[in-house]
Amino acid sequence: METMMAYVIGLLFTASIYMMLRRSIVKLVIGLIILSNAANLLIFVVAGLTRGAPPLILEGASEIAGTVADPLPQALILTAIVIAFSVLAFAVVLIRRAYEVVGTDDLDKMKDTDT
Amino acid sequence: MNPELVLPILIPLTAGALSLAFWRSITLQRVLAVIATGLLLAAGIWLMHSTIEQGFLVVEMGSWPAPFSIVLVSDVLGAIMIVLTGIIGLAIAIYSLASTPKGHEKFGYYPLMHLLLAGVAGAFLTGDIFNLFVWFEVMLLASFALLTLGGERAQMEGAIKYVTLNLFSSAIFLSAVGLLYGMVGTLNMADIAQKVNSVDDPGMVTVVSLLFMVSFGIKAAAFPLFFWLPASYHTPQVAVSALFAGLLTKVGVYALYRVFTLIFTQDVGYTHTILLWAAALTMLTGVLGAAAQFEFRRILSFHIVSQIGYMLLGLALFTPLALIGGVFYIMHHIIVKTNLFLVSGITYRLLGSYELKDLGGVYRQRPYLALLFLIPALSLAGIPPLSGFFAKFIVVRASLEASEYVITAIALLVGLLTLYSMIKIWAEVFWKKLPDHVTDASRLNGEVKERNNWAYYVPVVGLAACTLVIGLYGQPIYILAETAADQLMNPQLYIEAVLGGQSK
Repeated sequence: METMMAYVIGLLFTASIYMMLRRSIVKLVIGLIILSNAANLLIFVVAGLTRGAPPLILEGASEIAGTVADPLPQALILTAIVIAFSVLAFAVVLIRRAYEVVGTDDLDKMKDTDT
Repeated sequence: MNPELVLPILIPLTAGALSLAFWRSITLQRVLAVIATGLLLAAGIWLMHSTIEQGFLVVEMGSWPAPFSIVLVSDVLGAIMIVLTGIIGLAIAIYSLASTPKGHEKFGYYPLMHLLLAGVAGAFLTGDIFNLFVWFEVMLLASFALLTLGGERAQMEGAIKYVTLNLFSSAIFLSAVGLLYGMVGTLNMADIAQKVNSVDDPGMVTVVSLLFMVSFGIKAAAFPLFFWLPASYHTPQVAVSALFAGLLTKVGVYALYRVFTLIFTQDVGYTHTILLWAAALTMLTGVLGAAAQFEFRRILSFHIVSQIGYMLLGLALFTPLALIGGVFYIMHHIIVKTNLFLVSGITYRLLGSYELKDLGGVYRQRPYLALLFLIPALSLAGIPPLSGFFAKFIVVRASLEASEYVITAIALLVGLLTLYSMIKIWAEVFWKKLPDHVTDASRLNGEVKERNNWAYYVPVVGLAACTLVIGLYGQPIYILAETAADQLMNPQLYIEAVLGGQSK
């Protein structure tokens, strides 16, 4: 399962880089969205996937028995998703404003501030 | 319980929330900005005082014991950075009173400034690697909004590059944190530091360390990942530029210092050699880029890049003296660079341009302003007895002692070229006579009465005084940097302070 997920994550990273290298700013933002999803999925998988074993301490016991799923990566992903959501919301507004002000969605034409 | 450790984060957060509550009253927001940044500076000095007395300060959030909770940790380096954040915050808050356009103030300039300061302070104080990521994002989001406030064409173009590269770097950071967690099963930096040496696959640790290096390298604007900086830093209004120039890239440098002294010291010969050459090329490309520019703030932006190289050099050499030099350099650089941007804002106000060809004749009308430019400019170039001389001297001496003669030569050459750039600005803006095509020089000639003039000059004079103090009274500052470097070279102290002596 982890091996398959590793391929999926790799594919997502590849797709996001490809999208970011395109000239349109819309595709750039789509690339960023996929990139953040790839990173989140990576965190999820990297601690190992455990099915059907919630990290609960049974009544009467003082510690967890056996192998359980690690709850921390899920907490991390939740935080990361919220952050990515707000940042991407900003990015979407930004490309809209940029399109209005600059009058093009072609990144190659936005060279005024380059040196 | 050490309240001074939490205050540098709480003060700007509260001030930001209050500023939002008083959305309609700009006057109140302005007063609040100055008071809150002043309090931040006071809290920073308090923090510095107790950190020097006690060595390390640690607060466990929610009173959970150390590896499980998020900890705030302050060592001398962290305290130094907080004090600098306070100084820069106060200077910018005062300067903003005069320089910020009304429209920006109405659209939340002050709340964003507080949020940015909170993010910066949080990043300097946290002892948890994922929490570091969160503070980075808080800081970035505030900086995105500040950068685009005003909505000019250049700002939009600059912002797209800035936002994209910073989000990319955050994604790399996040992936690296995930991979590291997969190997050591903890997020507490001290805990990572002691567990990372016993992982199954040491090669993988080096790979992850390089991910961190790339991610923080983008944020610190190190070679070859610095292009977003000169493309965006000259676009917003000048107080924002100055704030970014002083603090943002230095958070990246701080993160590199923290991670590559505490966690990733297994394969110093490999990782720090990469850092060494990145530092050398950062210095060189930055200064050469500046030499080709003829816009006041672009020249200064490229010099941020070249100066970052010196700081990385201090880390890359990884000797006690080099780290002292690096820490000293950070202190000197933050103050001087902010000051130069503030001066560029004053000449912009006088003549309405940042282009060198449209500026001139300032020395004739404003000799004191010329002097105020000369102090940070010569300090940046490393002329004794100003602060930059000692900073460069320590770094160069450290690289000589490490027998890195090529690097030494590059560092000295870059110092010379920095002087060239500063003299170029001096000659164009201050020395040459006002170009004929400039028609509106009424402000420069003093025909238009200026309001709020003091708010422009107080921060500049204050920061110039800081530069002089660091230069002329360098011994205590050197000892401070020495204490910080000493703690960085002995990560065991940090680990014991955080985990309470229960380390293996």
